[in-house]
Amino acid sequence: MSTAEVPMAFNAEAVRAQFPILSREVHGKPLVYLDNAASTQKPQVVIDALDDYYSRLNANVHRGVHRLSQEATDAYEAGRKSVARLLGVDDDRQVLFTRGTTEALNLVAFSWGLANLGKGDEIVLSGMEHHSNIVPWQLVAQRTGAVIRVIPIGDDGALVPGAAAEIIGPRTKLLAVTHVSNALGTINPVRELADLAHAQGAVVVVDGAQAAPHASIDVAALGADFYALSGHKVYAPTGIGALYGRAELLEAMPPWQGGGEMIRSVSFEKSTYAPIPAKFEAGTPHIAGAVGLGTAIDWLLDLGVDAVAAHEDALLRYATEQLTALPGLRMIGTAPHKAGVASFVVDGAHPHDIGTFLDMAGVAIRTGHHCAQPVMTRFGIPATARASFAAYNTRADVDALIKALARVIEVFSR
Amino acid sequence: MSELMELYQEVILDHGRRPRNFGPLEGATHHARGYNPLCGDNFTMHIALDGDTISDVRFEGEGCAISTASASLLTERLKGAHVDVVEPLFTAVHELVTGGEPSEDVELDKLEIFVGVGNFPMRVKCATLPWHTLRAALKGDEEATTE
Ligand SMILES: Cc1ncc(COP(=O)(O)O)c(C=O)c1O
Repeated sequence: MSTAEVPMAFNAEAVRAQFPILSREVHGKPLVYLDNAASTQKPQVVIDALDDYYSRLNANVHRGVHRLSQEATDAYEAGRKSVARLLGVDDDRQVLFTRGTTEALNLVAFSWGLANLGKGDEIVLSGMEHHSNIVPWQLVAQRTGAVIRVIPIGDDGALVPGAAAEIIGPRTKLLAVTHVSNALGTINPVRELADLAHAQGAVVVVDGAQAAPHASIDVAALGADFYALSGHKVYAPTGIGALYGRAELLEAMPPWQGGGEMIRSVSFEKSTYAPIPAKFEAGTPHIAGAVGLGTAIDWLLDLGVDAVAAHEDALLRYATEQLTALPGLRMIGTAPHKAGVASFVVDGAHPHDIGTFLDMAGVAIRTGHHCAQPVMTRFGIPATARASFAAYNTRADVDALIKALARVIEVFSR
Repeated sequence: MSELMELYQEVILDHGRRPRNFGPLEGATHHARGYNPLCGDNFTMHIALDGDTISDVRFEGEGCAISTASASLLTERLKGAHVDVVEPLFTAVHELVTGGEPSEDVELDKLEIFVGVGNFPMRVKCATLPWHTLRAALKGDEEATTE
């Protein structure tokens, strides 16, 4: 997301070589993987870390006095420290492991939300939220009588200027907003929105699923009270993710799930809870996943998040230029600040048909509503085709995309 | 012929672009909406039943080339047909698009062109959504999904 020039040091080919899956073929064609906003591929170091975990360390965490349990616990906690580093957090008790962004957002909704929201309180969302940052709030609104209000999106896919200031008001108790939109690529002015919310005493929840792979993040500078991310979108395994929460808030929140690990003492009359983060990590966690996530984040930080972001930004600009030049193609999401995502529609060719044509050319993109149906409704379209970029993508990938799309246009405009 | 061109045969592209029997149907006796939440395909089938005869059938909505062509060819085929042909024909189409062997007793005719779908498991629901919608309408249901 930095607008800095691409440093000469960034070598996408060398990065690419670290991803074994990228050398496979699909339908007899070299794989061109442009579905990174859905899930990224994994570098060899992450695959090795999982292998090493199960080959040398596997045991339950925080439970045994034996050596393996200690080593597994250390590896798991090292993963937490890596997430804290990625998010610019000093006190890593504020980092909870979850299954991913969806679970992280549900945790905030069902723990903080149920405890703090009441009738007539307002939950403010943006019009470009992923379903996982809409539905949990609806569920909680139904139970508490809170009301959902939405900051609208303009034609370019950015929030309508000034709209947030009108919608966020004295009744606002919570603002939940995505840092980067998965359907449009828009980067939201999180700090500005957070300042508006904080001025009303509201709590700010940021969906970082799409931002974590593309931006250096500092949750304090962003004004995020909570920040959610998914491991599988930052080169780590599926089934693991994280939630940052300000310690004060986490400490005051009731537990969400009960079970082992999250307690201090249990009797049939009453249980007392462990301090954070354990209070929110009931049951045996995805230890290998946490190890993989830590490894992936260390790898990404070594590569340099700013250098990766600059590389992806250059690719996105190149792709946008090339796409816009194709006849009958229209970009959906043209906000001035974007990261990683090129969403588009083509006259006469449904996104689903585009997806099949591209797949046969070895090019993997996503087609559909991207779990953001309100965005599709806003633009009056059923779906888009979406190419999304990661550190290992190159101009050659974009060229393959454009070539395959030219063929689609040829067939469907006949 | 490549698998891709077998899927997107000229007739399919043609019906996808210029669907026949497209639009509302005055005097319709049965309607149903079919929706595929995965890709957003969304069709409404309108049927005018005269006794046991489908005197007219039209559709509205939007979807990909495969689903639109399927709806279009279905309406062409069933206009004027006895309702009893629907089930065997659906079964045969379903067999065809899932790569099976349709019964020889059913004349698929033009619907044969959907054979290419058999190589694309992800696209089977595109071809079958209009059929599910039609069958829902005939049963008196208002909604059909591919789930
Ligand atoms: C912006 C955004 N939020 C939330 C999610 C949900 O992430 P997960 O499915 O990993 O929980 C996604 C993933 O598609 C996303 O792009």
